[in-house]
Amino acid sequence: MITPNNLVYERPEAFTESPTHYCPGCTHGVAHRLVAEVLEEMNVVDKTIGVAPVGCAVFAYNYFNTDFVEAPHGRAPAMATGIKRVLPERVVFTYQGDGDLASIGMAEIVHAAARGENITVVFINNANFGMTGGQMAPTTLPGMKTSSSSLGRDVETQGYPIQVSEMLSTLAGVGYCVRRSLHDPKNIRLSKKAIRTAFETQVRGLGFSIVELLSTCPTNWGMTPVNSLKFVEEHMIPAYPLGDYKISEAVKQIKV
Amino acid sequence: MPKELWKGNEAIAEAAVRAGLEAYFGYPITPQTEVLEYLSRRMPELGRAFVQAESELGAINMVYGAACTGVRVMSSSSSPGVSLMMEGLSYIAGTEIPAVLVNVMRGGPGLGNIAPAQGDYYQAVRGGGHGDYPRIVLAPASVQEAIDLTALSFDLAEKYRMITMLILDGSTGQMMEPAEMPAMQEIKRKNFEWATNGAMNRERRILSSIYLNPLDEEKTNLRLLTRWQDVQANEVRYKEYFLEDAQFIVIGFGTAGRVALSAVREARAQGIKVGLLRPITVSPFPYEALEQLTGQAEAFLVTEMNTGQMLDDVMLTVRGRKPVEFYGRPGGVVPFPDEILNEIKRIAAGPVPVHSNPRVSWLHRATAHA
Repeated sequence: MITPNNLVYERPEAFTESPTHYCPGCTHGVAHRLVAEVLEEMNVVDKTIGVAPVGCAVFAYNYFNTDFVEAPHGRAPAMATGIKRVLPERVVFTYQGDGDLASIGMAEIVHAAARGENITVVFINNANFGMTGGQMAPTTLPGMKTSSSSLGRDVETQGYPIQVSEMLSTLAGVGYCVRRSLHDPKNIRLSKKAIRTAFETQVRGLGFSIVELLSTCPTNWGMTPVNSLKFVEEHMIPAYPLGDYKISEAVKQIKV
Repeated sequence: MPKELWKGNEAIAEAAVRAGLEAYFGYPITPQTEVLEYLSRRMPELGRAFVQAESELGAINMVYGAACTGVRVMSSSSSPGVSLMMEGLSYIAGTEIPAVLVNVMRGGPGLGNIAPAQGDYYQAVRGGGHGDYPRIVLAPASVQEAIDLTALSFDLAEKYRMITMLILDGSTGQMMEPAEMPAMQEIKRKNFEWATNGAMNRERRILSSIYLNPLDEEKTNLRLLTRWQDVQANEVRYKEYFLEDAQFIVIGFGTAGRVALSAVREARAQGIKVGLLRPITVSPFPYEALEQLTGQAEAFLVTEMNTGQMLDDVMLTVRGRKPVEFYGRPGGVVPFPDEILNEIKRIAAGPVPVHSNPRVSWLHRATAHA
């Protein structure tokens, strides 16, 4: 029988009771949970407004127990800007995939970062458009097969991957910009710490914060969940090195 | 308040401020830019939100976000910029939240030019964005009317949880006229039961335009249409000039209607019994008023600064019972009163046939002169 003494794992209050629709082995669920735990630990659940993307996380609003809006594809940072500018005391975050953020929404994310909008962005990079069935994304690795790069991404005709964290880290409005991975428990813990720092950056008014999370897509990659975790470690991390791309002096003072 | 000299674009900006505008998001485009410039000074001075967005896409989605919190929010643009905003408008409509958008129209299609035009009537009135959705569209013909309708647009948007658009052409945006500005309203945040403003001690709220189950989307479409019927029943606005004994009736909105009024006055002075109907709400269109006039009129003249867009709404009402003639100056050309006067005289000299497509006979006349 579960008692407070032997309880080791429970649903965060920041979660609704709705089961998620994510595929088995997908790391969206882990990322969701980390965000929920952080909101709860910071005691900001009742003043948070989330902005859901178009993509696999389109139904994020069903799972988080906070106010939520659902943005047009790629426009979440613009919507978050509108919300945060009129409600600066609220906590506002977007949760976006790589198709949403790095393809159609590139202008919105770059300019929200450049303006130093006090919002937090949770950026899921799984190297493809998951929801529409695994098409090539700007983050798809060279040679990687997707349903719209069926011979493998040919950089001569289909271009090169975009490294979002490296790019955004050049902007003065950014307070916190790091890349983490969700492929094993150690990295999941580091990811949570980064998400916490990102939200702390926001509540202190220290500028734009983003955490890029390397994630799996077993269904569209055509791999088992375990192999997809290995793929992140062996192929994604070399292309998208983990690290702190920008931590402003003020953010460095935050202890989490 | 005394009358002051106001430029149309700045007058709209100040009228919005006085109506309780809490956030403005925009992007520069001629001939609308003064709205953005004016508010870049005015909003920060009042401690209100102003952002020059990265694009009209960014601007309308910032409007979308702020509108979700229940504050009074607005953007403004001109024709090509408004085309970019259509995605956001459709989402705002689908989410059933209030927002105000001003379109200071210019010549098109494409990059067109920066001269006054009315070519965006279809886009504003018939849709523009994807999906079935109604929207309120107001068409001022003077700086004073632009001020009054700006204030009204926020009330209508909130009352019906609907987009309200102001469409005016570049001349009304750019010209200066004496006008009276209303008093400053205090900002009162209304506690809308739908607003996602941070779930402080209440059930959380979700705002979205997604209805994955087609039956739910169908219900939403029907709900929007039902609400639109209320708008049609209660919010039709128009101005009538010399209609009481009019045998010939000119119909025009915005600047085309204003120029037509000069022509109508001159025709009256010459003894022609002509009047003017100037729709102020082009959506909802004053079908009823026009229906009433269809009995009395011998013929109608529709005049627009486009190739005949509102003409369709007139044709839908008159339905061949009376002749309808058209006179347009598209592409950024503003007609002179003389041109419309000549048309009134031509029609009054009669007889004019009932054309199935008045656009075609107008095109013949227009290109014969050129």
